[in-house]
Amino acid sequence: MKRLVLPILLVVALFVTTGFAQNLTLGFTVSNTGALNVDSVEQLHGFELWRDQVNAAGGIKAGGKSYKVQFVSYDDESNSKRVQQLYSRMILQDKADFLFSPYSSSLTATAAIVTEQYEKIMLTTGAAEGKTYTLGNHYLFQMFTPGAEYLKGVLDMLKTKDPKAAVAFVYEDSSFSVAVVNPAKAYAQQLGFNVAFSEAYAPNTTDFSAIIDKVIASKSTVLLGGGHYADGSTLARQVYSHKVPLKMVTLLVAPDSPQWGELGDAAVGVIVPSQWEPQTAFKAQYGPSGADFAKAYTAKYNAPPSYESAGGYASGLVLQRAIEQAGSTDTAKVAAALNATDITTFYGRSKFSTAANDHGLQVGHAMVLAQWQKDKSGKLVKQVVWPLAAKSANLVYPIH
Amino acid sequence: MSGILASMIDGLLIGSVYGLAAMGLSLIWGVMDVINLTHGSVIALGMFGMYILFAAFPVNAYILLLPVIAAGLLLGLLIYWISVHWVIGRSQLSSLLSTFAVNMMIIGIGTAIWSTSPYNVNFTLRGFTVGAYTFTGNHIAAATAAVIIALALELFLYRTRPGKAIRAVADNREAAELMGISSTMVLALAFAIGIALAASSGALVSTLFPFTILSGAGYQMKSFVVTVLAGLGKPLGALAAGVLLGLLEGAVTPFIAVSWIPLIEFGLFVVVLVAFPKGIFARATA
Repeated sequence: MKRLVLPILLVVALFVTTGFAQNLTLGFTVSNTGALNVDSVEQLHGFELWRDQVNAAGGIKAGGKSYKVQFVSYDDESNSKRVQQLYSRMILQDKADFLFSPYSSSLTATAAIVTEQYEKIMLTTGAAEGKTYTLGNHYLFQMFTPGAEYLKGVLDMLKTKDPKAAVAFVYEDSSFSVAVVNPAKAYAQQLGFNVAFSEAYAPNTTDFSAIIDKVIASKSTVLLGGGHYADGSTLARQVYSHKVPLKMVTLLVAPDSPQWGELGDAAVGVIVPSQWEPQTAFKAQYGPSGADFAKAYTAKYNAPPSYESAGGYASGLVLQRAIEQAGSTDTAKVAAALNATDITTFYGRSKFSTAANDHGLQVGHAMVLAQWQKDKSGKLVKQVVWPLAAKSANLVYPIH
Repeated sequence: MSGILASMIDGLLIGSVYGLAAMGLSLIWGVMDVINLTHGSVIALGMFGMYILFAAFPVNAYILLLPVIAAGLLLGLLIYWISVHWVIGRSQLSSLLSTFAVNMMIIGIGTAIWSTSPYNVNFTLRGFTVGAYTFTGNHIAAATAAVIIALALELFLYRTRPGKAIRAVADNREAAELMGISSTMVLALAFAIGIALAASSGALVSTLFPFTILSGAGYQMKSFVVTVLAGLGKPLGALAAGVLLGLLEGAVTPFIAVSWIPLIEFGLFVVVLVAFPKGIFARATA
C-alpha cells in the first residue's frame, strides 16, 4: 500500500497542475510539395499563428475545461489521392476532433467526401468552389466567399472605366477557376461587355504563347483569369514578355501572394480579387484587430499575411468561438453553434448557409480588389482599389 | 502581322527545341537500336543543371549551355556503362526495361532532392516586336542554339573520324569491327552524345518555362513523335521534323483550344507509323 502512495500523489499532482487541460486535436493536410505549395503554406502559417496564440492564452475554454490545441498534419503533395488517404487516417487513426480543409477547391472537394462520411466537422478555407456545398452535407463550413462572386467586382469596376471593353477569359481548367469564370462570363454579357475570347488551359501548363497569340488576335484589352500561383505567375510573366497591349489584367489567387513581387515589372498593375487585405479595417467583434493580426504574422514569418493566411487564422477563430458558445467539443453541439454563427472578425463577416441544398456555403463575407502599384519610391506595393468605400489608393487604368 | 503567322513563328521557334530534344533519341535509336527511356528524365536533369549553374554563375544562361553539354557527355557514359552496355544485341525489351529502370531512379533521386514544386531560371533576353506581336529573346536564342548544335552534330558525324566510325557502326556493326573499329567505344560515344543532346535541350527549355523533375515526360513524348516523323539516325532530319511539328502546332492552335494539340500530334504519330514507317525524310535504301 505504501508503495502506491507516491505514484498516486504524482498523478493527483499532475491533474491539479495541468488544471484539467485536455488536448483538442485538429487535422488537415498541407501541400508541402507540388504546384499548390506556395498558397498552401501561407494557409498553414495562418493556422499555426492562431494555435500558438490560443495556447499561449491557456487554450480554448469550454464547459469549465481548457483545451490545448494540437495539430496533426501531413503533406498531401497537391494530390487528391493523398488527401483521401490522409483525411481517413487523421480521423480513424489520429482521432482528430475537428478538421480544416487542404488548400484549393479540388483537394477540399475530396476531403469533404471523407469528413462527411465519418460525420466530422470540417472548416474549409482556401476553397471557393460552391458546388461542394450543394451535394448534401451537415458538417461543412466554408470560410471563403464562393467563387461565383470573385470577378463580379472587377466587372463592376471596369464598367466605370470602359463599358464597352473587349474582355478575354484565360483560365485554369480546375474546379475553382471554372466556378469563378462561368458566372463571370454570364455577368459580363449581362453588363454589355464584349467577351472577345475565352479558353481554359490544362493545369500545369507552362507554355502560354499559343493562347497569348490568340488573345492578341482577338484585340481584347482586358484579361481575366489564371488559377493558382504556379500557372498565374507564369501567365503574367509571359503576358509581359510578349508585350500584350492590355489595359487591365486580373488574375486569381497568385497576385495575392507576397512572392508576387519577385516578378518585378511583370507584376505591376495586376489586380487580384481578394478575400482580405491588411488595409481593410473591419471592427472585430471577436479576436484580434486586423492590424494586430498583421503585426503578429509579420513578426513571426518575416512576410506580410496574404488572404490565404488570413483565412487560415479566421478558421481557427470561428471554430474556437463555436466551441466556446457550445460549451463543449461534441460534434453536434459545435455544429449547431457554427450554424448559428454570424460574427465579424478582422477577416470580415462570417455566416454560413443553413439551407439543406447549400449547407455551409459562406453567405456573409465579401471580396475586395487589390492592385499592385509602384509607390513614390518605386517599390511594389499592393493597394485596395475596390469597393470605393474601402480603397487605399485609386485604380491604375490603363496599366500601359 | 497576322495572328496565324505569329503563331507559326512561335511554333517554329519552339519546334527547333523539340527537334534538338529528338535528335538525341533518334541518334541512339538509329546507331544501336536502343529505345532510350531515360530520355525524358535526362531532359529534366538538363533543366536542373542550367538552374544550378545559373544560380552559381549569373552570366548569360546560353553560355552555360557548354558545361551542361560536357556534363551530359559524362552522364551519358555513366548511364551507358550502368545499363545499356549489357543489353546491346539482346532483345529490344531488355534495353527498354533497363533504360526505364534508370529513368525511375533518376526521377526518384530528383524528387527527393528538388520535390515536385516548380523551378525557374530567371534570365531574360530582350525580344523582337513586329506590330502587336513580340517574339521573346529567350525563344529566339533557344532556337538559334538548337540549330547551331544540330549543325555541329552534322559536321561531327560527316567530317570527323569518330563521326564516321559512328555511322559505320550504325550501318553494320560486324563489318565495322572487321575494319578495326572498337564498336563498344563507338556505342558508348554515340550514347553519350545522345544524352548530351537531351540534356542541352532541357537546359534551353529551362530558360523558357518553369519546370519540375517530371517535366521531361512531355518532351519525351514529343521526341517520339518527331523521331518517327524523321526516321532514325538523321540529326538534321530530326531538327527539320521538330520544326515541322512546331509549325503544325502554330498553324492549328489559332482555330482550336490548345488542349486538343496532344490528340492531333498523336493522331499524326499513328498516321506516320502506318503510312511512312521509315519516316517522311527516309531515302530509298539501295
